[in-house]
Amino acid sequence: MKDTPLSNCERDFILKAIEEKKRLDGRQTYDYRKIKITFGTDYGCCFVDLGQTRVMAQVSCELVVPKESRPNEGIMFFNLELSPMASPAFEQGRQSELSVKLNRQLERCLRNSKCIDTESLCVVSGEKVWQIRVDVHTLNNDGNLMDAASVAAIGALCHFRRPDVSIQGEEVTVYSPEERDPIPLSIYHMPISVSFAFFQQGTFLLVDPCEREERVMDGLLMIAMNKHREICSIQSSGGIMLLKEQVMRCSKIASVKVSEITELINKALLNDKTARKAGGRCGFAESIPQERITALKTDQTAVEMTDVGETASSIVQTAEAPPQTVPSPSVPVPGVGQVGEVLRNSWGLEEEEEEEEEDGGEGSGGDSVEELTKMDVEQHQEVKSRTVDVVEILDSDEEEEEVVILYPETTKKPKNTASSSGQKGAGTSRKQKKK
Amino acid sequence: MAGLELLSDQGYRLDGRKATELRKVQARMGVFAQADGSAYLEQGNTKALAVVYGPHEMRGSRSRALHDRAVINCQYSMATFSTAERKRRPHGDRKSTEMSLHLKQTFEAAVMTQLFPRSQIDIYVKILQSDGGNYSVCVNAATLAVIDAGIPMRDYVCACTVGFVDETPLADLCYAEESGGVSSLALALLPRGGQIALVQMDARLHQDHLETLIEAAMTACKSVSKVLDEVVRQHLQEASVLSRE
Repeated sequence: MKDTPLSNCERDFILKAIEEKKRLDGRQTYDYRKIKITFGTDYGCCFVDLGQTRVMAQVSCELVVPKESRPNEGIMFFNLELSPMASPAFEQGRQSELSVKLNRQLERCLRNSKCIDTESLCVVSGEKVWQIRVDVHTLNNDGNLMDAASVAAIGALCHFRRPDVSIQGEEVTVYSPEERDPIPLSIYHMPISVSFAFFQQGTFLLVDPCEREERVMDGLLMIAMNKHREICSIQSSGGIMLLKEQVMRCSKIASVKVSEITELINKALLNDKTARKAGGRCGFAESIPQERITALKTDQTAVEMTDVGETASSIVQTAEAPPQTVPSPSVPVPGVGQVGEVLRNSWGLEEEEEEEEEDGGEGSGGDSVEELTKMDVEQHQEVKSRTVDVVEILDSDEEEEEVVILYPETTKKPKNTASSSGQKGAGTSRKQKKK
Repeated sequence: MAGLELLSDQGYRLDGRKATELRKVQARMGVFAQADGSAYLEQGNTKALAVVYGPHEMRGSRSRALHDRAVINCQYSMATFSTAERKRRPHGDRKSTEMSLHLKQTFEAAVMTQLFPRSQIDIYVKILQSDGGNYSVCVNAATLAVIDAGIPMRDYVCACTVGFVDETPLADLCYAEESGGVSSLALALLPRGGQIALVQMDARLHQDHLETLIEAAMTACKSVSKVLDEVVRQHLQEASVLSRE
């Protein structure tokens, strides 16, 4: 099934917001979403929630004949499935480009970096070795599957216990978990991948892109590191051109993030261990949050309110008198700008229109300050020639000119959206936030 | 391969090169008459053949055509006789698909696709003998083939694989060095602007060494670009001499 295409205005909105260092969910440029790691009842089952992205990894083992070139080493096999339940764009069974890319990245990140001691997986050299198989399933795609998958895979590998084996001469006995406690794998280090999304030909960079940001990005850089500051894998994808300094900067950011995430994984493993020892119920079913409506309010979302106070109060102060209705409206000739009838000459100065809906009846207390370009002046002049009651209140001598145009009767101004979208996104994105 | 010393005390590698020396590059353009552009490149013992068709009309699904640029379609495959053990599946396996994707990504950055909207450029690369640095040799061969086809590019795309042994970066790894567990970095560079089209690294490397490694890779790529430039100019000279006669 084809994914719904992204509309141009959504794309423009996201890009403009990124230019101003704003993200859709209010995060900072280098912030990760909330990571939640839980383990299932069986050993080797790990669920990772990265914001809304949900991924599950399961480790299993089997005794097989080793490879001829490596007779005394175990085999690691990785498989990442993009299941259709994660996104309508994923199709069952078809090996899409994304699936190949993620699989190869996961393999390179975990296998080539030798995070697991494969020689300890050998039972009988040349005849029997353990094959460790890691299956990662994507359950919900909200961007950045790679990072979630790498955390899930390494979490599952750390959690996994393989059956104990004993060799007497020629006989090999594999003990079941009831007979002897299964033993954990010997893991040297935990490679974690960090993804960086680049926008506007590499000018802007974001850590941990969500699904919308992924759709509009130019390219992605994936750096896998462990907490000892060793880089396990670097992969750039997408048609972007990077500079050496950008790669160096990303690696520095990655080292910070990786140490945080490693801490999280260790903590989760410890919690699970204590829970199992205490005999408590543990597992996936217990860890799913109960999504019942228990309260009539939602989580608070961060809204930028830094200069709302000053701008609102200054607008209220300047917009004192309510507008007087002009008995006979003077409609100028179309194409001619109307100079303000009161106060000062607005010739050549920027002006703007307010979106009445957004104000929500705050009267003249407009809540956004916008800058217009010269192009919009003509548009507004046309609009002005059509409106009836226009009162202009200008405040110059400020960096941002605040102009409030009041329409006492009319409320709907569809032209506003067209004009305001052509402006720099400062006001637009702030308005949207305030909603 | 534990006994092999990748870098001796005197600074010589397994094949007698110094740490920053590249392998011998020999290339020939215009090897096939049927294709729009073709090139054959040898870098040491790694031999690659690249063929370019295009820009031409979209084949297959018209829906994949982009309204403002050309689509670049790459296919990477290894001949079954290219490696020490016979390759069962020359294309379609994950590694080949990944390589094809990387090649596509590299050339999408370099080729001026805005000049050919709604069309397709095909790049096919085949490795005839694999002795390390497969990706880099493919990229270099494909660059020559694209130039032979007359498709405008922003700059030469040069690639090189470098490894890190004993605190020294080794340029242009061969197979023995690559499989010896050395951390290797493959870099595709546009030399004039110093822009990196693709960077790929496997195996563990401490963060502090990353900068040295990237620097060494960029220097190696710039040397490769000089060689490729020579090859192109030589080819043009030969072609112009022939056409004059």
